[in-house]
Amino acid sequence: VTVAAYARPTTIEEAIRELVAADGEAHLLAGGTSLTLLRRQGFLGDGPVVDLGRVAGLDRIEPAPGGGLAIGATATLRAIETSALVRERAPVLAETIGRVATVRIRNQATLGGNLAHADPAQDPPPILLVLDAEAEVAGVTGTRRVSLDGFFVDVFETILGPTDILVRIHVPSLPPGSRIGYEKFLPRTADDYATVSVAARLDVAADRTVAGARLALGSVAATPVRVPAAEALLEGARLADLPVEAVVAAVLDAIDPIGDVRGSVEYKRAMAAVWTGRLLRRLARADGPANASSEATGQ
Amino acid sequence: VAPAAEPGVGIRLTVNGVGHDIVVAPDRVLLDVLRDDLGLVGTKEGCAVGVCGLCSILVDGVLLTACLLPAVKVDGRAVTTIEGLAGPDGALSPVQAAFIDHGGFQCGICTPGQVVAATALLAETPEPDEDEVREWMTGNLCRCTGYYGIVQAVLAAAGRNGPIAIRPPIEEAAPATPATDRGSATHQP
Repeated sequence: VTVAAYARPTTIEEAIRELVAADGEAHLLAGGTSLTLLRRQGFLGDGPVVDLGRVAGLDRIEPAPGGGLAIGATATLRAIETSALVRERAPVLAETIGRVATVRIRNQATLGGNLAHADPAQDPPPILLVLDAEAEVAGVTGTRRVSLDGFFVDVFETILGPTDILVRIHVPSLPPGSRIGYEKFLPRTADDYATVSVAARLDVAADRTVAGARLALGSVAATPVRVPAAEALLEGARLADLPVEAVVAAVLDAIDPIGDVRGSVEYKRAMAAVWTGRLLRRLARADGPANASSEATGQ
Repeated sequence: VAPAAEPGVGIRLTVNGVGHDIVVAPDRVLLDVLRDDLGLVGTKEGCAVGVCGLCSILVDGVLLTACLLPAVKVDGRAVTTIEGLAGPDGALSPVQAAFIDHGGFQCGICTPGQVVAATALLAETPEPDEDEVREWMTGNLCRCTGYYGIVQAVLAAAGRNGPIAIRPPIEEAAPATPATDRGSATHQP
């Protein structure tokens, strides 16, 4: 069998056939920002390229029943950031995605590519984790939905097999009373990767206790890290008296950062503690309309 | 492993209004096609990792990064480079003219990317305020640090003439006159 060095399928089924024909050696092309860099830097072989850019409807951003969102994998980050639907239903997602790199990159990079790349310093994974997002994956045997918690396996590695395609990201609606925020610590430049990032969600009940909690961090381990031990500490706590110190201790137990140009191991651990605390205190203070998201603030 | 067939892919694109049929490898980036195949060397290579903005171009009017853009992605599309901004008679675009009038460059290596990025901004937001200009232009580095002139040139091209203020280093040090909206306190009428 001869495999074309470049294929531009118009359906997902056709794309999967191309992946199968290439025997696991093909690379999917969406926006091209990650693929170009990874190939140029020698992280990927020079296998065939399967371009998803002409698969009809794969870039759609649609409402889901019950107030959620279904975001097509090849929707650009800029399309998500500026989508009136996303800004209405998940404003913190639009704001967070609007802080990735620069507008020039967001015009080209896609959400599916961002997640499949599985760079642990990216902004979308922590916020999508606390939103309980799910990945819809198409493969040879059909389509399945998997929680994003468990999607990331290692640096640049996900559960996606060589003939799988991430086709859609599902974002459910939040309970009334949810407070959600993202902190991206940028000591260098506004378009940099975070030194550490923290996303959190507190579902606040009518008696101002935390009925449910989510906490996730980026840039602190080989994958984005959700911290169930911290969430358990927050659940049941009174909003006015969150156990911030214990939560920070649970976060420090769960993370394993590497030292790099954005900070030493010790510095990143210290900053993970600082920004976790600041985010929780900000969410405890926030008194907006129900379900309003806080802004995604930097330093 | 199945053998890869002939690596060339035929694509058809227009660059600054001129049609081209070319054959490219799937991982060839548009920057190399523009500079090496078409001789359009106004689009520069700086960092080659998508950070610096020297290779800013427009594809169907959208600001993109030529060093990270596989050329196959522009099949059937219209590319505009710095060479395509002036009129057919050579008349400079408003952004180009404003960069000259307001000294929006020092050594000049980043200027094509700055002008292309500013052109995209004004197409989307015709009257940006200073904050919007600074945020959008974050993707275009000037290693000479000539940002004052660049921001002033973009504001002037948008019809917001007059000198901009150097920002106070601390936000609390804002002028005594209350601002009516974001950034307005730093503009002269």
